[in-house]
Amino acid sequence: MKSQTIRRWSVIHTWSSLVCTLFLLLLALTGLPLIFHHELEHLLGDAPELREMPADTPHLDLQQLVLKAQAHRPGEAMQYFGYDEDEPNGVVTIMAATAGTEPDLSHTFMLDARTGEAVAMPAANGGLMMTLLRLHVDMFAGLPGKLLLAFMGVLFVVAMVSGTVLYAPFMRRLPFATVRHDRSRRLRWLDLHNLIGIVTLTWALVVGVTGVISALSDLVIAAWRNDSLAAMVAPYRDTPPLTERAPASRLLDIAAEATPGMRADFIAFPGTRFSSEHHYAVFMKGASHLTSHLWTPVLIDARTLQVTAVGERPWYMDAMGLSQPLHFGDYGGRPMQILWAVLDVLTIVVLGSGLYLWWGKQRKGREVAA
Amino acid sequence: MSHRSQSTRRIFAWPAIIAVLGAVGLFAALLGDGGWDVLAWVGLGVPALLGLRGLYPT
Repeated sequence: MKSQTIRRWSVIHTWSSLVCTLFLLLLALTGLPLIFHHELEHLLGDAPELREMPADTPHLDLQQLVLKAQAHRPGEAMQYFGYDEDEPNGVVTIMAATAGTEPDLSHTFMLDARTGEAVAMPAANGGLMMTLLRLHVDMFAGLPGKLLLAFMGVLFVVAMVSGTVLYAPFMRRLPFATVRHDRSRRLRWLDLHNLIGIVTLTWALVVGVTGVISALSDLVIAAWRNDSLAAMVAPYRDTPPLTERAPASRLLDIAAEATPGMRADFIAFPGTRFSSEHHYAVFMKGASHLTSHLWTPVLIDARTLQVTAVGERPWYMDAMGLSQPLHFGDYGGRPMQILWAVLDVLTIVVLGSGLYLWWGKQRKGREVAA
Repeated sequence: MSHRSQSTRRIFAWPAIIAVLGAVGLFAALLGDGGWDVLAWVGLGVPALLGLRGLYPT
């Protein structure tokens, strides 16, 4: 590589990193406890605990659960029922002032599917873990915050690509994984920056790119509404607003018949951003490991309970579905969570050493000038 | 430290192997449990160990 080319890449690397480093440090630091959010919620006593009952206690039907939810929060609208693999007897329930209310203003709790008893989910509505999550997702700044973090994620990817290009000229005379501990502190941190940066490259790229995709989820969902959903509900365009809706009781059976072999992940009630004004939408996921992250929506007419459409899966919804495990590291057991945490800490070392190396160069530059 | 300059291909040989291993690890656990998970732990364990080892003077 010509020295001018190296200098150009070096400028790209310096500036893309400098701009995103503070945000990336925030993301890496808040992300670290979030890897273990499930465990920490249990530890903090924020996880919902259902009462002990005989294992085969039957579940109430869905409409009974809807009534229990409405009795628990009178005057609010149903938004979602969600299913959690870890708590087969619980139904995560999300309600808000109106069905269309934005997610940050919703209230989340769990209904015991056997008794209809409402159980608090403090971690889903506030508290330490929620604060960390909001800092990580949008810095409490809503869509502009998410878009800013998405842009920082793109800069992070640019920094990794340019860093990889620069790895070659730096390592020309050094065997792989050399760390010169016996030389100056600066050389030691330069070697560590290069070594840790290059070995964590794949992981950091995947977590970075999936983070960008997740940060753009509002746009992805909007695209799905305009594209896929709009086509499915087109026949309802001139239909007057619903005055009465059919009971939710059989929604899961109806959806299961329409999509054999799949399982329900969540139900969107009419009027939310995952459904239409005239439909219940049951989001089904596949039974295999891979397809369990991919959603197929079943739209059910909220008046007649007829299946209107079984949505195909647009690529961008699949990308968003697959981004979640690949970003959270929650799909390979406890050892994977620990490795995720180690790689996250190593990323913090790369960010910190990069900052240190840049700062050292500035100071040296000034001394030479003086 | 060797004073002879290495080819670019040589410089990126180990990083490329580690990168591929990491990618295999990341996607393996998406496909199943058991052996797939173990493959993921190996694929991500190698970069994690190499990174940690660098931090400690040998």
